[in-house]
This record gives sequence, structure tokens and C-alpha cells, in this order.
Amino acid sequence: MYDFAYHRPKSVADAIALLKGKEEARPMSGGMTLIPTLKQRLARPSDVVDLGDVKELAGIKLEGANVVIGGMTKHAEVATSADVKSHIPALAELAGHIGDPQVRNRGTMGGSVANNDPAADYPAAVVALNATVTTNTGKHAADGFFKGLFETALGEGEIVTSISFPKAEKAAYMKFPNPASRYAMVGVFVAKTASGVRVAVTGAGPCVFRVKAMEEALAKNFSSAAIKDIKVSATDLNSDIHGSAEYRAHLVGVMARRAVDAANK
Amino acid sequence: MTSATGIGARVLRTEDKRFLTGTGRYVDDLPLARATYAYFLRSPHAHAKIKSIDIAAAEKHPGVVNIFTGKDLVDAKVGGLICGWVVKDKHGDPHKAPPHPVMAVDTVRYVGDTVAMIVANSHDEARDAAEAIKVDYEVLPANVDLARAFDKGVPQVHAEAPGNLIYDWEIGVKADVEAAFAKAAHVTKMDIVNNRLIPNAMEPRAAAAEYDKGTGNYTLWSTSQNPHVLRLILSAFVLGIPEHKLRVIAPDVGGGFGSKIFCYADETMVCWAASRVGRPIKWTAERSESFLTDCHGRDHVTHAELALDKEGKFLALKVETIANMGAYLSTFATAVPTYLYATLLAGQYTTPLIYANVKAAVTNTAPVDAYRGAGRPEATFVVETIVSKAAAELKMDPAELRRKNFIPTTAFPYQTPVALQYDSGNYPPIIDEAMKIADYPGFEARRAEAKARGKLRGIGFSSYIEACGLAPSQVVGSLGAGVGQWESAQIKFNPTGNVQVMTGAHSHGQGHETTFAQLIHDKLGVPMDQIEIVHGDTATTPFGMGTYGSRSLAVGGSAIMKATDKIIAKGKKIAAHLMEADVADVVFENGTFKVAGTDKNVPLAQAVFAAYVPHNYPHAELEPGMDENAFYDPANFVYPSGTQICEVEIDPDTGIVEVIAHTAVDDFGNIINPMIVEGQVHGGIVQGVGQALFEGAVYDKATGQLVSGSFMDYTMPRADNFPSFKLGYKVTPCPHNPLGVKGCGEAGAIAAPAAVMNAVHNALAPIGVKHVEMPATPLNVWQSIQGAQRAAAE
Amino acid sequence: MTISVAMTVNGKAVSGKVEARTLLVQFLRENLGMTGTHVGCDTSQCGACVVHVDGQSIKSCTMLAVQAEGAKVMTIEGLAPSAEKLHPMQEAFRDNHALQCGFCTPGMVMSAIDMVKRHNYELDEATVRRELEGNLCRCTGYHNIVKAILAAAPAMKSAGV
Repeated sequence: MYDFAYHRPKSVADAIALLKGKEEARPMSGGMTLIPTLKQRLARPSDVVDLGDVKELAGIKLEGANVVIGGMTKHAEVATSADVKSHIPALAELAGHIGDPQVRNRGTMGGSVANNDPAADYPAAVVALNATVTTNTGKHAADGFFKGLFETALGEGEIVTSISFPKAEKAAYMKFPNPASRYAMVGVFVAKTASGVRVAVTGAGPCVFRVKAMEEALAKNFSSAAIKDIKVSATDLNSDIHGSAEYRAHLVGVMARRAVDAANK
Repeated sequence: MTSATGIGARVLRTEDKRFLTGTGRYVDDLPLARATYAYFLRSPHAHAKIKSIDIAAAEKHPGVVNIFTGKDLVDAKVGGLICGWVVKDKHGDPHKAPPHPVMAVDTVRYVGDTVAMIVANSHDEARDAAEAIKVDYEVLPANVDLARAFDKGVPQVHAEAPGNLIYDWEIGVKADVEAAFAKAAHVTKMDIVNNRLIPNAMEPRAAAAEYDKGTGNYTLWSTSQNPHVLRLILSAFVLGIPEHKLRVIAPDVGGGFGSKIFCYADETMVCWAASRVGRPIKWTAERSESFLTDCHGRDHVTHAELALDKEGKFLALKVETIANMGAYLSTFATAVPTYLYATLLAGQYTTPLIYANVKAAVTNTAPVDAYRGAGRPEATFVVETIVSKAAAELKMDPAELRRKNFIPTTAFPYQTPVALQYDSGNYPPIIDEAMKIADYPGFEARRAEAKARGKLRGIGFSSYIEACGLAPSQVVGSLGAGVGQWESAQIKFNPTGNVQVMTGAHSHGQGHETTFAQLIHDKLGVPMDQIEIVHGDTATTPFGMGTYGSRSLAVGGSAIMKATDKIIAKGKKIAAHLMEADVADVVFENGTFKVAGTDKNVPLAQAVFAAYVPHNYPHAELEPGMDENAFYDPANFVYPSGTQICEVEIDPDTGIVEVIAHTAVDDFGNIINPMIVEGQVHGGIVQGVGQALFEGAVYDKATGQLVSGSFMDYTMPRADNFPSFKLGYKVTPCPHNPLGVKGCGEAGAIAAPAAVMNAVHNALAPIGVKHVEMPATPLNVWQSIQGAQRAAAE
Repeated sequence: MTISVAMTVNGKAVSGKVEARTLLVQFLRENLGMTGTHVGCDTSQCGACVVHVDGQSIKSCTMLAVQAEGAKVMTIEGLAPSAEKLHPMQEAFRDNHALQCGFCTPGMVMSAIDMVKRHNYELDEATVRRELEGNLCRCTGYHNIVKAILAAAPAMKSAGV
């Protein structure tokens, strides 16, 4: 990798000041995406601002009907948190299958959501559960947050401080992992919350998306039979050596049905 | 001698402690004072003319010591890399041999071809500087598609190989085979691709070198499976450094699987540049660099036809194969799809007539050479899939069809129609045992149970034969090999009675330090902790051919046994003198020389001491010392055989194939250490299943880029892809080597692909799927199912 | 950018000067000469570089040395309680022939110990296989690695490690 200036602030305010003052500064949370990117020399930041010591970004707490997870909370912490497991077990389950155990010990929710890798798992949970993304400058509704390939609503000098997930009445996530990388080739998060039924798909397209037809069918009848004939169009879906767009479209249906069955268990 | 640590015992490995405590010593671990670090600039294009290379800016980068390009090698009169096996085509002409410059001079021919070497004070600085080198390329049309390689208008890789053809080779008499086909009651036909694989030993290739100005001696540390052969090639053909001025050391090496047999550009450069740089040079491949530049394996396109009579007896087999050589001919590339492939097409069967035609092609891809099994997996895949296909077409049980055609146990030695003479074998009990372990009779019930769960269950056989223990020198010499394939051993006792055993074989995971010590312990009675096996250093071991082709025990172990005979013979003379007995009356038992019928005895250690402190010694007839050399050239290949049975379940909704059970029953002849042998089989099976279900090198046809260029896109088998395996053994000792052993290193990888694919086809047949290519990835299986459904609808 | 780092490695305080871009594995191998931790890939997948940082298994090729400032790092070199005695996991790998070329072994062992502890010394075969997702081995076919880890779990429990 190219060398850079390294900073380790202790507060969000200091981190933001560092990010804003530099030529091309990048925040780093767990580094699970950033470090491999730097190793391949695909990015050349002037400064890396390590959020590892920012204590206010860590932790999981219950706030009313919501589970609020700090941006720097590691996947392993989400997977094993008693609060997450009791209120949104599907989210704990999802976190327990991100990457591998070593990645889960370093990678963070905020980093994953801010990076918005098309094959990341968390975006599906954020959208399906209709979560709220809180940053140092304000709040983002889930629907407007993920804008496109590696693109979010985050502005310059804005970092994810926490994400608030409403408790789900029923929810499940089904992932079809890429055989090589084990990232989601298709991941479908199905959730029934106070705000209704949502079906969010990651991995299949350039960015997480909802399948409205399935949501409407499931709102009437929350069973896999209700969506068995709903096809997702392959247009605009990803295509690579592991999965054609048609295959991904087919898998969205399979994973969605399996997620509904799992949510009903 | 039978003991807890002798032949046949499950002895824990001597080498394990250092690996388990982080004290192994691999090439990249070497602490070399004042070392510089090399980085290689590789071609980003599949085919291009190099119009110019401008290194001026790069030379000014911080930390840069030297930059070399292909032109420097031309000026220094460095030779090209060689292919050491001359295959003669069907007209008797030697294969086309296009030049293989160590670094490209005017043309690059694959993505990853070596363009420049940057030597700097650190790896990062070398890589920083590499980015400042300006290469002006004129991109040329490229071809990475093997099936199209000989078509008209396809880009030509080398002017020296018109039509991209390296050779058009054949074995067998075509007219006889055609005549047999004309009389056949049934003909089974098959078109298959043997997918291209990337070896991916976990330790990336690495090299380090230093030059001693005072003596003019070079030392090259390399991740080599055969350091003597590497030195020979570098000395005699490439660099011209006299053999006695070049020491090659292959220390602990982290897996090879064939990919570390060959002489590569980067290690050649590291060695050559050491004297020019004047400081030690280190280089370790990054994994993405390994993907691009390690020799790949397999990569065949084949059409095969099997003729059967009305009872199901095989009448004849004909095979047409196109084999990919990549952009240049690697060290043993030419032999793999000919002598290591077509000669195995008889399999375990009495097929009386076989004809094979192999055309080798050059393409704009990384060179292709031996990879675990080398040719034999490809042959087994052809034979064992066409036999299972024939069984399905004839509605015969696949085990029954195999049994009907097995070479009878009474027929050994058995001369096949494709040159080899099988020395021994007993196939029926092997398949019986495999079927018992796999509970073959219970399969249909399991299939029905799976169907109730919505899964498609299938079972597949693969009964392989391989010729390994490479190789009788006279035979390989007559077939075009540039070297002999014997092996060496030296047994050197020290005065205090412990012993060092030097072997020309090389262990990169196979456990020679344990298995070979068991031989010494068993034969000479020396305790295991008094034995050291020394390998991998041309300065300390006798010239030997290294480790590949499941040869180390059958050939290297036999050399050790020959050397022990010499030790015993000399010891007998010393002991006879000490006991004042006639040599003819001295016997050697349990580590002690005795005079039969008396209580006189001399332990071996005492004879050794007498040999080094010869105060009372038969000087008139014996030299002092206890240090014996032996060279062993095998009389024939060895022929391990076995049957694997794979059982899979397929999820028709996703196309995922799950291996539910995998059984392997092998005949490896006598077994020295069953624990190590089992480990070899496990690893082989996973590489074989990997080929069948997961692995495949993919080059983009339009750009020539390697798409499967990292572990993110090349599917490596992982622990959760497998069940635990079920193994069994049958023993027919090899009749022509002193240990009665056959090879076990490649068997798993040779047999597994056909077993898996036969199981996949068996599972999918009920829903009308006719053919799935390897790797049977979820996408591939799903598309095959879709295709069958469309066909059924039409 | 040159930075001073200090951390504890296998119970010993160590320090050194690194670039910001220096990876933890480079610091271990190049600055400290502890070459037991290996690098087998450049995409954070093979797991040959796994070490423990503050008691958790991590990939040292995907962590900057400066990120380990003040941390307690444990590597393969620090596991064995003495020159004669191995850690139960090392012992189980040897007893079960869970290694061949030895290159993936340090990472395998470090991941395995972490796995056993996280599962409170109780694992089944399927769990072990799934938990090995971040470690590649090309030699053993995993069969004996799985056996070794299943054997080591009770041994670690009774040894209290």
C-alpha cells in the first residue's frame, strides 16, 4: 500500500475535525474493507483516521422499542449480544455469518453500512427492518440511505455513529454466499415490523433494493406460498463468473421464500 | 523388525514440532543481512509488443538499487527457460519449441509475463518504483480459448509454432480401433472439458539469493520440490553458472503439488541479479502474482468414444484431446498430456484396443504443467466418466460393468495396449470393500429419503489406476525425457552412533523426515531420535531428482534401502573381524551383528565406532568410516489402484452440490506409515473434489485477463465443503522394489473428480440432465437443470 | 509517516518504528523476526496470519501495526508453556496428523484455540468445519484438522487453558 498519515482520535468531534482538515482523509473503523483496498493500491488516501479509540461509537443498548447499535460495534458483538438475540434474533444471526470469525472480530456495523459494498449483509437488515442511521450531523431513514454502488447519503465529514433497529415481530435473513469469497451473492432479509412487511435484497444488484411485490403479498399473507409465483426481473442485476443475472434473480425468489419460512419458525 | 516405530507403524511426525511452534524455516523467513527486495513488473496485457521501456523515473525512486529488463539478459547472453522433455509428433518430428525468454524482450504473451525486475531496499519501495516504469505496449490480438486455438484466423502466439500447434501426437493404431468400432454393439460418446486449475500451495513461491564475491559462489534459496534439478537447469541451460559454483537450497517448503517442480523466471532472475546487485536479494510472490505466474494444471478439451459388445465388454476406446500449454512450454509441460496421460487410458480394464490423439496448443495464458496427478487425473476422468456413462446408457450397474471389464488378478504382469506393463494389482476386492464401506446396497433407500426432502441424491464410482514412482530412466529416456529419474541416498553414521540420511527427494509436506527414518529404524535398529533425514540442499545431499509423481518412497525409499544393505554389508565385515568370525557366519538382527549359534554379538553402534576409531580394524580389506551411497533406478513404474465412491445431494432450487459421503479404498502396496498415507489420501480427495465442484481458472475471452485471479473469485475448498472421509486399504505389494511400496500422493486427486461427477450425473439423470461440466458450481448445475427443463418443454 | 509502536507480544513488551502502512504481520515478521506467523494471500482469506489480539483471533495481514498499539498480542511462538511441553491444541494437531507442509498451521492453531474458547470447549464437527471458514489448507483436506480440534477441546478444558 501507499503510505499515509495515521491518526487515532478519541472523540467523534476530533475525528470529524481531522477528516475535514485533510486533503484526502479516509475514516477507518474495522478496516476489513479499507485495508485490503489499500493493500491492492486501489486507494491512496493522504490520511487515515482510525476510529478505534472513539469510545462513544461502541456498544449496544435498548431504547424503547429499538435496539441501538453503535457504529464501531463489531460483528461478533452483534452476533453474541443478548439484547440483539432476544429482540431481533435475525440480526444476530446475520452478523454471525458475515465474513469469517476473524473478520467478525474486527469488522464493524458502521463501517459496513457506510461502505455499502453491494455484497455486504447489513444493508439488507437496515432496509428490511426500516432502521434509522444516525450520524454526527443527523439522522437518515433507511430507504434514502443507500444510494448506489458504494454510495450512501453520507456527506463529507459525516460518519455513522449508531443505527437504531426497530424490534421485529418476525424476521429472517437468508444468504446465498459466493462460493469463493463467501460474500452475499444474494441475501434476502424479510421482516415484519410495526411499519409493515419489508423484503430487502443485497448482493444481487449494485445496491440493496426492496421487492415491493413480495412485500404486498406478504402483508396479506405472511407465508412462502404467497410469494412463490413472484419473479424478480434480471435486468440491472449483477452478473459474474459465479452467477448470471438470471441466476441471481431466481435465487432472490428462493432465498426470500426460505427467509419467510425461517421467520415463521 | 516390527516395532512401535518401524515399518507399518503410525509414528507421529518428527517435523511437526517446528511447524507447530512457529520455528519452521521457509524461504521468506530467512534473515539475510543487508538484503534487498525484488518486485517484478508483470504484463497487464495478454499479448502485446513492447515498443519501449523507460526506467529513468523509477531509478530515481527512494530506495531503488537496480532495475533490470529483458534487454539486460540479452546483453548478458542469458539463455531462455527450457522444456526438458522432447515429444515427437506422429511423423517423428520433435515438438515445436518456441523461445521462452526469462524476461520478455519485445513481446509479452500472457497477463503476468515478466517485464522488469526492480530491486530496492524494501518490498514497498520496489513496488512504488515499479509504478514509475513506463512501458509502451502495442496491444495485439490474443487468444485464451483452447477450443479455438487451431482455428483459422486465431491470433498466433509464436511464429515458431504455426497454427498454435506444438505437436500432433498419437498412440495406438487408429485403423484397428476403427475396425473394432465398426463391429460394436454399442458406442458411448462423450465431449468433456478438463477444467484448468491453479495449484495454490499455501506458501507462495519465493526465492532468495546471495553471491560471494570472494569465491564466486552463488546460493539460491527456492521454494523448489527438486533443488538439484533446478540447479542443473540454471547451470546447464539458463545462467551458465557452473554447477559446483551454485548451491540451491529448498528449506521448509509450504506445499507444492507440482507447481514448485519447474524452473521459473523470477527465481532465475533473483539468482542472476545477486552478483550484479552485490547484496542478497529476497522475493516472495504475492498471492495475486502466484495466480498469474504459477504454472496452472489440467486444461483439456476431449472427445472420447467407447465401443462395447452386447455383453458390455469393452472393445476399443478412442480419444481426441486438445491440451493447453499456455503461452510458453514449461519444464515438463509436453510430457503431461502424452506419456503421463494417454498411457493411462486402459485404466483398470482389458480394453484391447486404444487410440489416442493429442494436440498441444499454445494460448495467451500462463504456462500449464504438472499439477497433482499430472495427466493421470485427466486420463482417469475420461475413462471413468465414459464407463459410467456407458453403464447408464446400457442400464447396467456401474460397478457391474467395471467388474466385467477388470483386468483379471491372474493376468499380472499385464501389458496394456498403451505401452505400460502393470506389475501387480487385484481390483475386485477393492471395489467390493468400497461398496461395503459406502453401503452401496442402501443407496436407493437414501435416494428416496432425500427425494422426500426435495433433494436429488446421486452416487458415483471411480476406479483408477496410476503409473507413478517416476520413473525407469531407460523408459523415460526413450520417450524423450532429458533426465534420468532414479533417486539417491547417502547414509552417514557419526562416530557416536547417530545417523544422517541424505536424500535427493524433497519433503514439502509429505513427512519424509518421519517415513524415511522409520525405514532406517526398521532396517538398522537405530532409535528414531538418533536419525536425521537431510534433504533439500545441493551442498549436503547427493544429486537427486526431487519429489513429484508419487516417487519419494518407491524410488527414494528404495535408494535408502539399497544404502542400508551396503551399511550392513560393511558392518558385517567389521563385526566379523571384532568377533574373530567368518563373515559368512555373521547375521544382522535387531540392530546387532551376531554369529549364528553363538552368543557373540556386536551392536551396530560398536561397529560404527570401530569404523571411525579403527584401532582394531581389518585395514587390509576395509576403509575406515561408515558412510554409504546408493542410487536406485526403478525397473518399472509402480501402479497403485483403487476405487472411490462419492455420494452427493443436490438442491435443485439453488444448484448446490453437497458431498454427503466419500469413500476411498486404495492399494498402495505395503504401507510404511498409515497415518501419513491417510493424510495424503484426504488431501488428494479434497483437491479432486475441488476440481469437480469448485475450482476453475477463468480467462476473459475478450481481454485475456485472469478473472479468477484471487481467492475472492477462485473457489478454494474449505472445511465446511466436506464430510469426514471413509478410507480402506488392500495390499498387493509392488513386486519390483525392495519395500513393496507404491505411491500414494496423487491417488486421491486422480480418482475423485470422476467419482464426484458420476455422482452428480447420477443425481441429475432422473430430471433429464445429460451433462454437467466441471466445476459443477451452483450456477453451472442450475443452468444445466434449466436447460433440461427447457428441452423437456420443447 | 514513521510512527513508534509499543505492544506486548507473547507476554514481552516490544516496541519499534514502523511506517503507517506497516501491517501487524510485517511488524511481527520483519521488525521482531517472529516468522511463525505466515502470509498466504493478499485478500484476507487464507488465515495463515491469524494471531490473537487482546484475546481475540484476528488476521494480522488486515490490521496495521499501529492499530495494535498497547495491545496484547499472542502468536504461535508464544503458545507452548515450555520448550518440552506443547499447548493442548498443538499436541492435538501432532497426535492427529493435522498438518503436512506446516504453512497454514500457525493460523489454523490460533483460530482453533479461539474457536474452542468461544464455544466454551464444546463443539461438534459441523461447528468446527463452519468456524474454519477463514482458514485455508491445501494439504490435509481438513479431515485431520477437524479431528484434532475436536480432540483438543476437552484437553484444553482439563488443562485449564
